[in-house]
Amino acid sequence: MLTRFLKSREAILTGVLLALLALIAIRAPEFVAPGNLANVLNDSAPLIILALGQMAVIVTRCIDLSVAANLALCGMVAAMLNAALPGVPIIAILLLVVVLGAALGSINGLLVWKLDIPPIVVTLGTMTIFRGVIFLISKGQWVNAHEMSAVFKAFPRAQILGLPVLTWCAILTAGAFLLLISRTPLGRAFFATGGNPRAAVYAGINTGRTQFAAFTLSGALAGLTGYLWVSRYAVAYVDIASGFELDVVAACVIGGVSIAGGIGSVGGAVLGALFLGTIKNALPVVNISPFWQMAISGSAILIAVAFNARANRRQGRVILKSAEHAA
Amino acid sequence: MTAQQAPLADAAMPQPLLALEDVTKTFPGVVALDGVRLELHAGEVTALVGENGAGKSTLVKVLTGIYQPDGGRILLDGRPVAFRTAHHAAAAGITAIHQETVLFDDLTVAENIFIGHAPRTRFGLIDIGAMQARARELLDGIGARIDPAARLRDLGIASKHLVAIARALSIDARVVIMDEPTAALSHKEIAELYELVEQLKAQGKAILFISHKFDEVFRISDRFTVFRDGQFIAEGRTADVTEDDLVRLMVGRAVDQIFPKRPAAIGDPILTVAGYSHPTEFEDIGFSLRRGEILGFYGLVGAGRSEVMQALFGITRPAKGAVRIDGKVRVIRSPAEAIAQGIVYVPEDRGSQGAIIGLPIFQNVTLPSLARTSRHGFLRLAREFALTREYTGRLDLRAAALDQDVGTLSGGNQQKVVIAKWLATRPKVIILDEPTKGIDIGSKAAVHAFMSELAGQGLSVIMVSSEIPEVLGMSDRVIVMREGRIVAELEGEELTPETLVRHAAGISEAAG
Repeated sequence: MLTRFLKSREAILTGVLLALLALIAIRAPEFVAPGNLANVLNDSAPLIILALGQMAVIVTRCIDLSVAANLALCGMVAAMLNAALPGVPIIAILLLVVVLGAALGSINGLLVWKLDIPPIVVTLGTMTIFRGVIFLISKGQWVNAHEMSAVFKAFPRAQILGLPVLTWCAILTAGAFLLLISRTPLGRAFFATGGNPRAAVYAGINTGRTQFAAFTLSGALAGLTGYLWVSRYAVAYVDIASGFELDVVAACVIGGVSIAGGIGSVGGAVLGALFLGTIKNALPVVNISPFWQMAISGSAILIAVAFNARANRRQGRVILKSAEHAA
Repeated sequence: MTAQQAPLADAAMPQPLLALEDVTKTFPGVVALDGVRLELHAGEVTALVGENGAGKSTLVKVLTGIYQPDGGRILLDGRPVAFRTAHHAAAAGITAIHQETVLFDDLTVAENIFIGHAPRTRFGLIDIGAMQARARELLDGIGARIDPAARLRDLGIASKHLVAIARALSIDARVVIMDEPTAALSHKEIAELYELVEQLKAQGKAILFISHKFDEVFRISDRFTVFRDGQFIAEGRTADVTEDDLVRLMVGRAVDQIFPKRPAAIGDPILTVAGYSHPTEFEDIGFSLRRGEILGFYGLVGAGRSEVMQALFGITRPAKGAVRIDGKVRVIRSPAEAIAQGIVYVPEDRGSQGAIIGLPIFQNVTLPSLARTSRHGFLRLAREFALTREYTGRLDLRAAALDQDVGTLSGGNQQKVVIAKWLATRPKVIILDEPTKGIDIGSKAAVHAFMSELAGQGLSVIMVSSEIPEVLGMSDRVIVMREGRIVAELEGEELTPETLVRHAAGISEAAG
């Protein structure tokens, strides 16, 4: 078991992440202090949650580009509700954003499943539509910190066992995903659908419904993150988390989730998100311009994809070479 | 059968335009062409006949430069040539109209015809005007009224086929290969194709005509060549032989393979199908399958056998018809429902439809059985491993660990994983589509022994197969399909190679 772990992608990523931390520590030792690392983890929490949902989608051979817009829409709805009716309890808001996010995600899923539209087109469309809806309901106005109730803003920061609720949300999501992926028929169906859709159909799996489930799940997590995001930064406007969907996809790709589907792991997605989160937090500390951050993330993606392509080439051999002769 | 002994009796025959001598092509575990010969003469149509698997398609690929022969010579005008690529073969004037048309749906008709060799302007750009004009000439030449500027997607199957023919003629060909050219054409279009063949003959082209349909072979060919199991069997003038002679040459073999078929105790009907129809694929299919029986489905490629099986398995929906399982009417709307009813389907292309590379062995095996290995919505890994161990053990799977990636196994062991997957669902009926296609003799024997064992245990097997010895050796009963309909149900004494071919090809009894 141990030797297999050491050869796995997660082990390599862990090594890269530790090396990165060591490099940063040379110039800024305070960065690797436990307190700061906990901050980095907390900062990376939204990315971790979304990357997990995205992983499920990508594993089924789809992609969800609407996550950030979904997040922003659910965040705006939560903020406006809180501004209008400060008495609504947090648990109700949480429930609302998760259900709303899931509903928005299921629109993607339905379009992909029932109308057979390519996922990239569907989610590009819904991404724009969601942003438009935010503008319509908010009339382009911001919801500012002073309009939000204290409880609304305090929730993601509340400490439990020394870690903020936001971090706990990421940890619990990762735990739930581990269970989902390894121990449920749905998790198995994600991988079968992406790994070999025809074989999955013959094994009795409804591949369209599986993709629908992945989109709905990704949407629910985007909804949850929407509230966490808006309450943490205490502001909601049309363009929050703009472009964040690319970070989410990048975290997955860096984490070894194959864009071709069928390959991915919870550990990989989490490590990919942590890698990006660490770079984002460390660059200002070591006095590197934030513009370099994009170049570094981009390079990490290319290296990860090149790595994946190599790994997959070894696997993708013809099983029955002689079958192709058959007249 | 004087034809067989006297291939070159005609001393006056001129030198063949294209000749193959002792050509051999092997694939891992299979000899596709075993020292075959073939002669094509200018201004003549040579029909190549043989069963599925006789090596006809491989031969076409060797002639068009897609495959390189392992041995033997190809002579063009008496000079040895080698076609290293499809381009070489085209440059030498050899063109083929393929069985399944390989065209581009989103390009225009003219672009499809000239892709790869479009006329150019002075500046090296594609000369669209010239291309369309020449496309129109070619299409008019074969009597096809198709607009060269139309998008291929908007054409019907038959028109697409005519475009493929125009494409084949767009290079200045001396040898034209037609591989099942009439498969998608209507009667009227077939008549036009015959005219085209006559024109090509008059122009002095050598034509290789491959067809399963005997009436076409006799209607159009001047000479014939018979292949069987990758070997040259006979050649001669078509006028010198009868349909019967050809059938005998095609199948005439002692059933030399030993089939491990044991007599099984055949019980009550378990699956009964009546009036099963599909709008385009099959019509009025009715049969019953009994417990412990191996029911063979024979027919030519495209007879609709796999389509019937896919409908039974819930992949496609038939328009009408009833299915009874154990006497009760069942409606099967999805593969999951079929599996739940005890029907499993092992598809033909086990490479792309079987194992899921990237998933471990045990997850592959339990995939259709997840309902049984989970409790309260959660999978029980212990049960999954137990199930996997039980069925892979029976099949003698060689693997280091059951959680190893299935992609790391050899092809034979991957097949065992796929079979274990289906057996683990504990089916009542197992449908095997071409169970031994493309595998070597040794593995074939293992699959056959295994089928026999399954039937012995009371499982009912439907075997879709195009290999006559297999159908004869393994089946208790055989249903023959042609053009989407059941044309015969044969048992016992009636089961001979000749009757199978006769029914599958639609040759009337009177001809014999």
